[in-house]
Amino acid sequence: MQLILEIAFTHIAGRGRQTLVAVIGVAVGVGFSIAMAALMEGGQDDFVEQLVNTMPHVEVTDEERSARRQPAEAVFAVTEISGLRPREDRRGIINPTAALAWLGGWIPGRFAPSLNAQGVVRFSGREVGATIIGIDPQSEPGVSPIVGEFVAGDFAALTAGGNNVVIGDTMAERLGAELGDTVTAVSSQGLTRNFRIVGLFHTGTTARDEGEAYALLKNAQILAERPNAVNKIRIKLDDPNQAPMVARRVEAELGYKAVAWQEANESILEALVVRNVIMYTVVAAIMLVAGFGIFNIISTITHEKARDIAIMKSLGFAESDMRRLFLLEGVVIGFGGSALGWVLGFGLVYALSLVRFELAATGQEMTQLPVAWSIWHYLIASGFALAAAAVAGYLPARRAARQNPVDIIRGAT
Amino acid sequence: MSALIEAENLTRILHETVPVTLVKDVSLTVGESEFIAVTGPSGSGKSSLLYLLGLLDRPTSGTLRVGGRDAEPMGEGERARTRLSMIGFVFQFHFLLPEFSARENVEIPMRKLGRLSRPEMRAWAAEILESLGLEGHIDKRPDQLSGGQRQRVAVARALANDPPLILADEPTGSLDTKSSEQVFKILEALVRERGKTVVAVTHDLGMAARMDRRIHLVDGMVEADEDVAGAQAQRT
Repeated sequence: MQLILEIAFTHIAGRGRQTLVAVIGVAVGVGFSIAMAALMEGGQDDFVEQLVNTMPHVEVTDEERSARRQPAEAVFAVTEISGLRPREDRRGIINPTAALAWLGGWIPGRFAPSLNAQGVVRFSGREVGATIIGIDPQSEPGVSPIVGEFVAGDFAALTAGGNNVVIGDTMAERLGAELGDTVTAVSSQGLTRNFRIVGLFHTGTTARDEGEAYALLKNAQILAERPNAVNKIRIKLDDPNQAPMVARRVEAELGYKAVAWQEANESILEALVVRNVIMYTVVAAIMLVAGFGIFNIISTITHEKARDIAIMKSLGFAESDMRRLFLLEGVVIGFGGSALGWVLGFGLVYALSLVRFELAATGQEMTQLPVAWSIWHYLIASGFALAAAAVAGYLPARRAARQNPVDIIRGAT
Repeated sequence: MSALIEAENLTRILHETVPVTLVKDVSLTVGESEFIAVTGPSGSGKSSLLYLLGLLDRPTSGTLRVGGRDAEPMGEGERARTRLSMIGFVFQFHFLLPEFSARENVEIPMRKLGRLSRPEMRAWAAEILESLGLEGHIDKRPDQLSGGQRQRVAVARALANDPPLILADEPTGSLDTKSSEQVFKILEALVRERGKTVVAVTHDLGMAARMDRRIHLVDGMVEADEDVAGAQAQRT
């Protein structure tokens, strides 16, 4: 084996420039694959992080996932009831105090109850449909996406009590209302109540900025005619990845539908998977091209060394030895290219991580490219490269090994 | 005297657009310590016969035993191993690996066989090369050697694993008279002093006359297989 390796090295060392080109071909492929993977995954992490930051990790609502088991089903084995829907309960989450106390006992994170009610906000003849969200000002900041996003007034103004509301800046614009104006909220129950705007927020999420109004829980309950009711508990976890686990436990214990952020954004996460598939397809394509370079050089070597192959076979080398020889030459080039590609990839990723630019839209924030560092990018890229090198080396190697030495020796004589 | 090679009715047909019969119905036995010339006009199948005997090619029909073992059922790997340990080839052209020194070229078959340790291989390679008059050229690469020297390195390589049988295909065909004589003397010495069997294809009749036995081929068939009288006399 060592002998074969030595001959392989001698062959590729004997054609320095061509080898260098093939090695660089692989290295560029590996390097750019690594850089691309780092950018793609960085972007993805960044995206998921924003997704995770703007929404609760687990949302418990007063709905049930499926209808309760019917008494008839319990009694008769053959009973089958179709078209059942879970019952809607205007009371919201039953006994929220106990539920919150139970959650407080073990949830690794923060949570807040709220009552979401549909309604309309009116001001000077204009009206905008809105979700009126009744919140508890003590626990809300732990889970709220709006607390840090105020453009006028602040969230703390709600704490003071009274008929106050905070709304999104887009809604205010549409209503023509400003900070300090009094708007009228109308619930689907037909009740009306006046609120003074004590804060305007801008989260960047249009649905939120245009359609949400936050008031005290008590006020929302009165407006919706649902005294003491809570229909939503939003949970923020210290570790967002635990969300499905927490959601399962909550749902099992409370019986209410608990949706983890992964479930709520399944289609987005699926899109990310598709993105990754596309990325690795591109990586594979790059490696394929690099593989052609290797195929080319190994083919050339086997053609030039046809006589040597014949003579080595006449000396007593088997076909498998010859195959191994040229396969090895391909893999050696693959290894060299991978090693150089790691250096190149590291350099590229480092350079990308240094790039800073101003966001054109806002013009205020300096931002940098999201770049992910992971050893896996390196391993996967060189895995592809080695596989491509092995295939590219194997094909000409097999052909060369099969050659009948007699044909070549006869040809030379 | 046990037989190194026993061939019965060896036939080799090349299946091209028009089938070409290279070797036809050749039967012969080669024993130990023989010095055999294979002669015949161009295209008479001399080289083809040699390749068949050396397991480089497979006969279309007929049976062949090498060292008492039937070659027919041998797989490619086993044929390669048999060549490695039992047969040394010398061709018209030296066919040395150009990137390796004389010594390395001789060591390659030894390393493939792996019977000796590395220092032993080095010593043995040097010994063979020196015995063929190549002292001082051991670490030169083929392109630094003369034609005669290269051919002697090729002979040394054929001897690397100390095989009982040397098959030579026009070993002096591309050499000048002086070098030819030198290489011939070496081959002769292998038979006389080391007890090897040398089968050499040649169309140099003067050279063939100095060998012990002559197999004359015409159109792929053995026309004559005779002891060379002169050589017999010389030997006694």
